[in-house]
Amino acid sequence: MARITASVYTSHVPAIGAAIDLGKTQEDYWKPLFAGYDFSKQWMKDNKPDVIFLVYNDHATAFSLDLIPTFAIGTAAEYQPADEGWGPRPVPKVIGHPELASHIAQSVIQQDFDLTIVNKMDVDHGLTVPLSLMCGQPEAWPCPVIPFAVNVVQYPVPSGQRCYNLGKAIRKAVESFDQDLNVQIWGTGGMSHQLQGARAGLINREWDNAWLDQLINDPEAAAATPHIDYVREAGSEGIELVMWLIARGAMADVAGGPAPKLAHRFYHVPASNTAVGHVILENS
Amino acid sequence: MALDKPYKDVPGTIIFDAEQSRKGYWLNQFCMSLMKAENRERFKADERAYLDEWAMTEEQKQAVLARDLNWCMRTGGNIYFLAKIGATDGKSFQQMAGSMTGMTEEEYRNMMLNGGRSAEGNRYLGEDGDAQPQHQPQGSAGKKG
Repeated sequence: MARITASVYTSHVPAIGAAIDLGKTQEDYWKPLFAGYDFSKQWMKDNKPDVIFLVYNDHATAFSLDLIPTFAIGTAAEYQPADEGWGPRPVPKVIGHPELASHIAQSVIQQDFDLTIVNKMDVDHGLTVPLSLMCGQPEAWPCPVIPFAVNVVQYPVPSGQRCYNLGKAIRKAVESFDQDLNVQIWGTGGMSHQLQGARAGLINREWDNAWLDQLINDPEAAAATPHIDYVREAGSEGIELVMWLIARGAMADVAGGPAPKLAHRFYHVPASNTAVGHVILENS
Repeated sequence: MALDKPYKDVPGTIIFDAEQSRKGYWLNQFCMSLMKAENRERFKADERAYLDEWAMTEEQKQAVLARDLNWCMRTGGNIYFLAKIGATDGKSFQQMAGSMTGMTEEEYRNMMLNGGRSAEGNRYLGEDGDAQPQHQPQGSAGKKG
């Protein structure tokens, strides 16, 4: 049977991708940020998954205002890195896992989550920056990836509670897949940041770290955070954090298992406009 | 019954909800078109003519021509869509976000290096933080005159 072995949480700032692609990771501005991922790159090598289920959001790339799916699962064989206006990132194409993705889609829809199924789309920095942070610059990504896009662009976005419950459903879906697969689930985006208006540049270190404590030790409480708290405390784009709750909801302790092991935790300000948070949790 | 919009009292912030999205549909779709290199070229060659191909309001066109991102947002623009204009102009997200505060690029960058903007005084309209309407524009722009 397939099982979820670990969850990874990280911000996905586009400037981080640009810093990697342009060879700036050792510059003074970026060095402390990338140092926080040294452990993670080694951890990825030591804990190579068979599949990554990657929760992210599209930033007006694959989805314009013509179509705004709340939850979209990629069931395609492969995905190209998108041209977001600066040209496509020079990173490997993303290989999908259509069998597992279709299985999850069917199971999760039967558990009352109405997913949109996507067989053709390009993937933007929301998906490729976390891969770069965790895997460096390989010729090919280490394993297939199932893209799972969440609408956090047009309000209202799904609630933290709904995302958390969806994580539980994804866990059940993965565990009902017959093949023996080691699956990691990643939640990306956040932490505090605001990209608009007179309040642009908002960062809330205290709030971010209190929320991280909850995510790790009391995920029910983190899931209960109302939308308006994210906006007021973590900035209008801080609401991306609901995506982390999908990954957290898929961990074993939520279904009555033992508490996960905290393998790594990192926090850094700034990356461009954003506070970067990063956590790795392992199922025992 | 009115919809629940508890985010209306956050200073310096426009939440891109269904109402803003409806207002900004053509403005944002124009922005999407700039993801194609050939459209970026046509826009740069004659901005006004290119904008006139879209069913945008005159105000939205003026806001784009002025590169006033706050104005674009008030008329229904969303930052992830407006970023395509920035990309066409060769601007980073940090330059775009900073441009909405009145700060110079250097002032904004320094604010971020010093830990970013504090939430103190910036949670509710009527407080006294630096993002409140009475303190605009910020940085050296606000000190002139």
